[in-house]
Amino acid sequence: MTFSWTYFIHLFPQLIKYIPLTLFMAVIAMLIAVVAGSLLTLVQLYAAKPFQLLVKLYVSFFRGVPTLVLLFIVYYGLPEISPAFKGVSALTAAIAGLGVKQSAYLIEIFRAGIASVDQGQIEAGEALNFSFLRIFTSIVLPQAALNALPATGNTFVSLLKETSLAFTLGVTEIFADGKLLASASLRFFEVYVAVGLIYWIMIIIYTWAQKRVENILSKPYRRVVANVIDSSQQSSRAI
Amino acid sequence: MSLIQVSNLAVQFSRRKVLKNINLTLEKGSVTAIVGPSGSGKTTLLRTMNLLQLPSEGTVTVAGVTVDAKHISKTDVHKIRNQSTMVFQQFNLFKNMTALENVMSPLIYNKLAGFDEVKSTALGVLRNFGLESIADQYPVTLSGGQSQRVSIARAIVAKPKVVLFDEPTSALDPEMVSDVLTTIAQLAQQHITMVIVTHEIEFARQIADNVIFVENGEILAQGPANQILSTDGTGRIADFVNSLEKRVTIPKTPRANTGVVASRLRLLQSGTN
Repeated sequence: MTFSWTYFIHLFPQLIKYIPLTLFMAVIAMLIAVVAGSLLTLVQLYAAKPFQLLVKLYVSFFRGVPTLVLLFIVYYGLPEISPAFKGVSALTAAIAGLGVKQSAYLIEIFRAGIASVDQGQIEAGEALNFSFLRIFTSIVLPQAALNALPATGNTFVSLLKETSLAFTLGVTEIFADGKLLASASLRFFEVYVAVGLIYWIMIIIYTWAQKRVENILSKPYRRVVANVIDSSQQSSRAI
Repeated sequence: MSLIQVSNLAVQFSRRKVLKNINLTLEKGSVTAIVGPSGSGKTTLLRTMNLLQLPSEGTVTVAGVTVDAKHISKTDVHKIRNQSTMVFQQFNLFKNMTALENVMSPLIYNKLAGFDEVKSTALGVLRNFGLESIADQYPVTLSGGQSQRVSIARAIVAKPKVVLFDEPTSALDPEMVSDVLTTIAQLAQQHITMVIVTHEIEFARQIADNVIFVENGEILAQGPANQILSTDGTGRIADFVNSLEKRVTIPKTPRANTGVVASRLRLLQSGTN
């Protein structure tokens, strides 16, 4: 069987219909991860020791369990122990499972981001009689956020790809649709290459956007002034 | 009238006492230099004066507010920090703020004035220091000398009663030192109470009223600058002063509160010849 370019190209209009759902899952799961991750980071840094230990346990568990197993626990397991989880849709379970899992990674990233802020910055705030909250929100957080941004972006990239596991719960997203198409046509190679390409393109676009954001946010921390680069480029062109 | 009083102060890090039996009284409007060998406890002593370093024993009183090592209240710490502020060796300008925003920050975050008033006050201080042109630059683009002068501007903008300087010129290139020392000398003329940890013996002679010599966590001597920092005497302090003088080959310069830049430049020139 040869590679069918015609079939390959015709797959894209079909598959891209599911991009909004994939993005929806990734973005909502990321929001859950960021909110839960931020709160638990604060607990780990500033709460009483027993709470810190609980967060450590949380991080250890959710980093240690494979994503697929976690999704099955959430979707198939939880309804058995509590009726409250019985009506939960596969989509909700997938988003919640992915969000909670990634929050465990974000706790480590955020903690490292905060720890990387120079102690002198905090002392300067203390010496100027700023409150703890003010030092944290106006000095530590802006610098920590920038430090944590690249790794947080990587987490989102992983998350975007891991949404493909939602098909195992019965959610029809890009990968699930690809699987259906492949089963019907028996052209597995074309379909999965097309599915892979769509993920790749989404991630290229996201990575580009993240770089732009990083560039804007890191402006205060860059020694090189933009117009210096411009003028040096102009002079090299003139030569 | 005494503005700072430290009584029976000790600071202990794990088992090691880095400061012990410290007693000192600093008058309002006075300039005090703390000198001594590296690791003697100078910086720790300075840091206890606005409680960046909490004492293990004794009391610290600043502008009538007393903090006792036995029961340190957060409110009293804030009250003391309201009156005293610190200039750091490594400047510690907030990296995410421009020079102007750095200088505005104490007024804004301590809610001392409205935004427009804060901005004009901060710009005024920067203008006095000749730093208006770099107001919108971020710290990373500033030279060491500019950074330290911005940090001094930030320290005095809220008009604290006491400014503490922790080796303000140690992290600077030699050609930047005179700018910073001139700025500090300007403040001395405005009768702001200042405590300066420094290795600049000549500078200490010129602007300090009192000198405290610290060694091994204890005050070895304190008194008028020309007496303590005399090179003529014998003993540990004279040896220390002489060793510093030799290191930078400082010629004798007239002791005066004015002409710091000129004398400093002469020192630099003689050093390079």
